[in-house]
Amino acid sequence: MRSIIFDRFRDPDLVRKICDEIKKNASNINLMEVCGTHTMAIGRYGLRQILPDEINLISGPGCPVCVTPTSVIDSLLDLKEVTIATFGDLLRVPGSKGTLEMARGRGVDVQVVYSPLDALKLAEKREVVFAGIGFETTSPAVGSTIIEAARREVKGFSVLSAFKLIPPALDALLASEDTRIEGFILPGHVSTIIGSRPYDFIATRYGIGGIIAGFEPVDILEAVNELLIQKREKRSEIKIGYRRCVCSEGNVRAKEILNQVFEPTDSLWRGLGWIKNSGLRIREDFEPFDATKKYDIHPPEIEDDPRCQCGGVLKGIIRPNQCPLFARICNPKNPIGPCMVSSEGSCAAYYYYER
Amino acid sequence: MMAASRPVRLRLAMCLAIPAKLISKEGNKGSAEVMGVRREVYLNLTPEAEIGDWLLIHAGFAIQILSEADALETIKAIDEVYNL
Repeated sequence: MRSIIFDRFRDPDLVRKICDEIKKNASNINLMEVCGTHTMAIGRYGLRQILPDEINLISGPGCPVCVTPTSVIDSLLDLKEVTIATFGDLLRVPGSKGTLEMARGRGVDVQVVYSPLDALKLAEKREVVFAGIGFETTSPAVGSTIIEAARREVKGFSVLSAFKLIPPALDALLASEDTRIEGFILPGHVSTIIGSRPYDFIATRYGIGGIIAGFEPVDILEAVNELLIQKREKRSEIKIGYRRCVCSEGNVRAKEILNQVFEPTDSLWRGLGWIKNSGLRIREDFEPFDATKKYDIHPPEIEDDPRCQCGGVLKGIIRPNQCPLFARICNPKNPIGPCMVSSEGSCAAYYYYER
Repeated sequence: MMAASRPVRLRLAMCLAIPAKLISKEGNKGSAEVMGVRREVYLNLTPEAEIGDWLLIHAGFAIQILSEADALETIKAIDEVYNL
């Protein structure tokens, strides 16, 4: 499968032919790639450079650690005598009192795990708080782990749920008056879980098209071409271009688990502010595994640096390199704003690939 | 200012999932082969997975069974559009 399928989606001849087609169909258009992994792929394959100038690709809010408020990191750092288990992405993300990596240097027990189940294993012998950061791709795996913790009665395990939901964030972006988005390249692996239907409002309510895309050059270019055609033909449809991993219903079992363990709640996004029902909190049935209850952790507060332009970057109003802080004051070693924090953030992607 | 090196841990990017083939299965647990490396995979989100299926793996869980047929069909459709 690797050789047939993966190679085909990177085939230079095919890429060239799609690019020719894009040139024929090109018109002035602002397209947002929602997902940070798309942002990285666009940078790594140099897709922005091979697309005509009329096509403006803007990077959306789909990088989980980027949109997580610094106070979530602070809450983790304030915990006493517990092991903090986290995915590696979060390690270098700065809170107001430093990073988890720095805390580890001071002797705090911070464990990087590949799976939340690794954190559950650790919790059999000690108190472990798992940092619940991510979108719909990740939250079902953590939900399953919480169910497992309840079944095995692992009392030392809890999750600080800062999970976020993509569709409400897109709704908030589109409802904002200053947004200039005319089409979406929608996330592939979030959609593996949620399917295509939760995006239908983008077409029906806002008259904007969206293509769920994979992460290879052919996937992304095909999505751009389809959105150009939709604009020319004055159509707006949500389509799946990543059928090898996404169907319209998504993963029904994963959605059941999400619903069993979590419920929607208002959530604070770095750079975007509070968005209604855009986060997940742990339901009462699983309260013993909710770190906010177990350790009396309070909701995050807005603390964005006023000089930071990440809000404008996330809405597509400015490009990362148009921010006065970009590369001069704000860089991956000293990130001021959320978009520079992770390698998936739009500012970091610009810093590495398009400076 | 020194240019920072490119990020090398792309595969750990948060929403990225990787394909792997299911080699063995026992209850909700299995073993999957990812680029020649075998590792434990949980099938709680894809209980219908069978040995030999290609799975999309994220955070130790299979989040979807990959459809090779759909992938090949997509390729065929694209090939037809571009007369390859």
